[in-house]
Formats: sequence, C-alpha cells, structure tokens
Amino acid sequence: MSNPHPFVDIRHAQKSFGTLEVLKDISLQVDRGQIVAIIGPSGSGKSTLLRAINDLDPLTGGEIWLEDKQINKSLPYRQYEKNINDVRQEIGMVFQHFNLFPHLKVRENVTLAPKMLKGLSDTEANALAEEQLTKVGMIERIDYYPSQLSGGQKQRVAIARALAMKPKVMLFDEATSALDPELVEEVNLVMKKLAEEDMTMIIVTHEMGFAESVCDRVLFMDQGVVVEEGPPDVIFRNPKNERTRNFLRKHLAGAAS
Amino acid sequence: MDYELMQRVFPFFLEAAWITILLSVLTAVLGLICGILGTAARLSRFVVLRFLGAAYVSLFRGTPALIQLFILYFGGPQIGIQLDAFEAGVIGLGVNVGAYMTETMRGAIIAVDKGQAEAARTLGMSRWQAMRNVILPQAMRLMIRPLGVNLNALIKSTALVAAISVVELTYTAQRYIGSTYKPFEMFLIAGVLYMIIIYIVGVGVALADRKARIT
Ligand SMILES: Nc1ncnc2c1ncn2[C@@H]1O[C@H](COP(=O)(O)OP(=O)(O)OP(=O)(O)O)[C@@H](O)[C@H]1O
Ligand SMILES: [Mg+2]
Repeated sequence: MSNPHPFVDIRHAQKSFGTLEVLKDISLQVDRGQIVAIIGPSGSGKSTLLRAINDLDPLTGGEIWLEDKQINKSLPYRQYEKNINDVRQEIGMVFQHFNLFPHLKVRENVTLAPKMLKGLSDTEANALAEEQLTKVGMIERIDYYPSQLSGGQKQRVAIARALAMKPKVMLFDEATSALDPELVEEVNLVMKKLAEEDMTMIIVTHEMGFAESVCDRVLFMDQGVVVEEGPPDVIFRNPKNERTRNFLRKHLAGAAS
Repeated sequence: MDYELMQRVFPFFLEAAWITILLSVLTAVLGLICGILGTAARLSRFVVLRFLGAAYVSLFRGTPALIQLFILYFGGPQIGIQLDAFEAGVIGLGVNVGAYMTETMRGAIIAVDKGQAEAARTLGMSRWQAMRNVILPQAMRLMIRPLGVNLNALIKSTALVAAISVVELTYTAQRYIGSTYKPFEMFLIAGVLYMIIIYIVGVGVALADRKARIT
C-alpha cells in the first residue's frame, strides 16, 4: 500500500471554549492499523481532541483529515451535514458512559444505524449484529435491554454497535474509566482483539499498563499541548520530559495506593 | 338539599358535560398541534424561529387565558375574525394550552441525556434521524405525565368559556341558578361531573405512563 497521506491527519489543531484555550496547535498523524494512546492529566484536552476528530467539538483552528477527506471543512449547512454524516460513518466512537440507546434492545442498538444509513435489510442487519455481538462476547444477551446489563457488558455492546458501521478508525474515550475494576479486563480484551485485527485506533486512557501492552505510540498531553510522544517503552520506561516523568510518577503512586 | 330538583335537572347537566368533553378533546388536539409546532420552533436551528417560539410561549403563558378568550371573541370581529362562541373557545384555549405543552415537550426533549444525541450523530445519523429514532422515543416517555398535568389544567380551564356563553357545564350551572336560586346544588352537580371526567383522564394518563415504562 502506497498511501502518501497519513490515514488520520490532525494539522495544527486549535480549540478554545470562549477565552479558555484547550488545544494549542496539536498535530498528530496516525497510519492505517496504528494504535495510538493519549495520556495526560485531567483537563489537558484529551477528550476535546478525540471529539474534534469527528467534529463533535469542532476545532477553532487547524484541519482534520481522514484519508483524502477533510472532516472539519467549513461548508454551507446542508453540505456540511452531508459531508460530516458520511465521514462519521467511517469513524467509530466509544464513550466513557456507553451511551447505549435505553429504549432499544441490544440487537436494535447494533442494527439501527446500519439499517437506516446503509439500507441493510432486516436479515442482513441481524446477521451483522450477530457477527459483531459474537466478536465482543455478547451474543447471549442480544434480546436484553441495556438496563439489564452490567457496565462491562454495556461497553462491549457499545463497541459492537460502533463496529457494525464497519468504521475505518475507532476512537475510545476512557472506555473503562466508569467500570468497576473487575469489569475492566473484559473490555480490554475486546480492544486487544481489535488491535490484533489491525483496526486503527486512538485510545484516550488512564490505564498505563493497557496502553503499554497494545499501543504502537503514546502521546502525553498537558495543558493543550503534546509534551512528549514516542513508543510506549520509551514514554513509560524512559521519558525525556520532566512533566511526563512527574505525571507518570504521580499516576503510578495514585494507582498503587 | 333539594334532591328532587337535582334529579330533574341532571339530564341537562349530562348533556352539558358532553359539551365540556368535546371542548376538552378538541382543545387538547389543537394544543398538541400548537405544542409540536412550538417545540419545533424553539429547538430550530434558525434564530428567528427560536425567537418566535419563545415569544409565543411567554405571550400566552404571561397573560390570563380569560383575557385571551375575550380578545378573540369580543375583539375578534373588530379585526375581521368572526367566530361563534364554541369556535372561539376551542381556538382560544387550544392556543393557550399549546404554549404550556410547548414547554412540557421541550423540557422532555432536553431532559434526554446529551450523550444519546452524540452517540447517534457519531454513528452518522443526521440531526433529524437522531431526533426521530433516538431522542423522541425517550422524550415521549418523559412527557406523558407532565402532558397529563397540562390536560388536567385544560379540562378545568374549559369552565372559562362560560364567560363567552358556551353552553357547557359551568354555564349550565349558572343558568339553572338563575331560575332555581339553588347555587349549592347546581355547582355541586357540575363539580362532581368535572371530577369524574378528570378522574377518568387521570387514570388513562397513569396507564399510558405505566405502559410506556414497561416497554
Ligand atoms: N463544552 C465545553 N465548554 C467549556 N469548556 C469545556 C468544554 N468541554 C471541555 N471544556 C474544558 O476544556 C478543558 C479540557 O477538557 P477535556 O475534557 O478535553 O479534558 P480531558 O483531558 O479529557 O480530561 P479528563 O481526563 O478529566 O477527561 C477542561 O478545562 C474543560 O473544562
Ligand atoms: Mg476526558
């Protein structure tokens, strides 16, 4: 594959909420099949960056590209909507609080968007839901409502729902932070499985061990800038920057206690 | 208490009760239509529509329904709006209750967790697809009870149209008081009939709410 452009290309991203500058000139390139972890203290802008990638929090400056399409192109309303709805189909997103649709069963949570947006028939959509739910180990709960599931189960269904759109990239915003400790592993296992299938992923996480074991690259963000980035063994074992060292020291102390 | 008189006039009160029910049903339908339009305007992406929606709500909630009825029925002919009393009653009360229903529906829609719209949009749904398939089904459940409260207030407010001489329950009571001088008995019959109507509607709302919660 000779692709001149990086798969996901964030160029000089800037974001302000009013006078608060949350992202200050961030650039990040992710190649196909790469897995990037974003770590950093609370409020450093990790979620904002991730949400900018599918324009949930539109940037105030800079560009975001997925392959040859610019995501945050400024267009007249209707064209913008069409453009963004198309690109979002190719970007899966997993939220900290799952955001499953509570009025729909697990099956319909997964089939809703493919049926509506890709015109799948009931039979096709059901086969797709069964395939994705099997992958995340939730096929037995296909006829349950979200309220009947544990947090870890909900998150696995949320991943299946995103995968059913056959996205090119998956974004995870602290997918396991809202879970009881004993439920974290089942979600991590699903994410590892995706990693083995060469899914392109950008993962915001507080779990350094997990980041180290699955990621190709780690970004340490603080106060809206990328302070340091590199392969996980360098960032976690041998960080060059004082701020990275401080963060990791505090974080490990916090995790141990 | 003059039971014999009460028995004699009761059939006329029953007839009047049907008018009250008819008035309530038509007003509720018109109110729902106004409520849906008002909600759509208030949640629109166009600032002009949002402003019009907000103006509608504050105008009709900010003045007495009786004044609104009087303006429509007595003032209407001056500006070329010629309505009979019943029509004026339905339109006046319907538009009025629509303002309250607008706030009820909008409240239920914005009470749905923001993460729901985000999840839907993230999958690639348009604003309307997300609204229709994800937000509204959840908002409907939230709005049944408060709409029931609007409905309850609406039924009671139909008594106001007695003031423009629509022959419903309250007007009928007043008319028989004029000829019998027995206000206690007459208002008692009217009150009990109102209570029965409101009770039945209340049970219906509670059932609908329970059904929505189970499914
Ligand atoms: N919608 C918003 N309006 C105003 N300020 C916001 C908004 N969203 C985020 N912020 C601010 O932007 C900054 C970065 O927030 P962000 O959620 O990106 O941080 P984070 O790195 O994800 O933190 P955490 O680890 O706690 O999730 C914070 O100071 C936050 O208060
Ligand atoms: Mg965050």
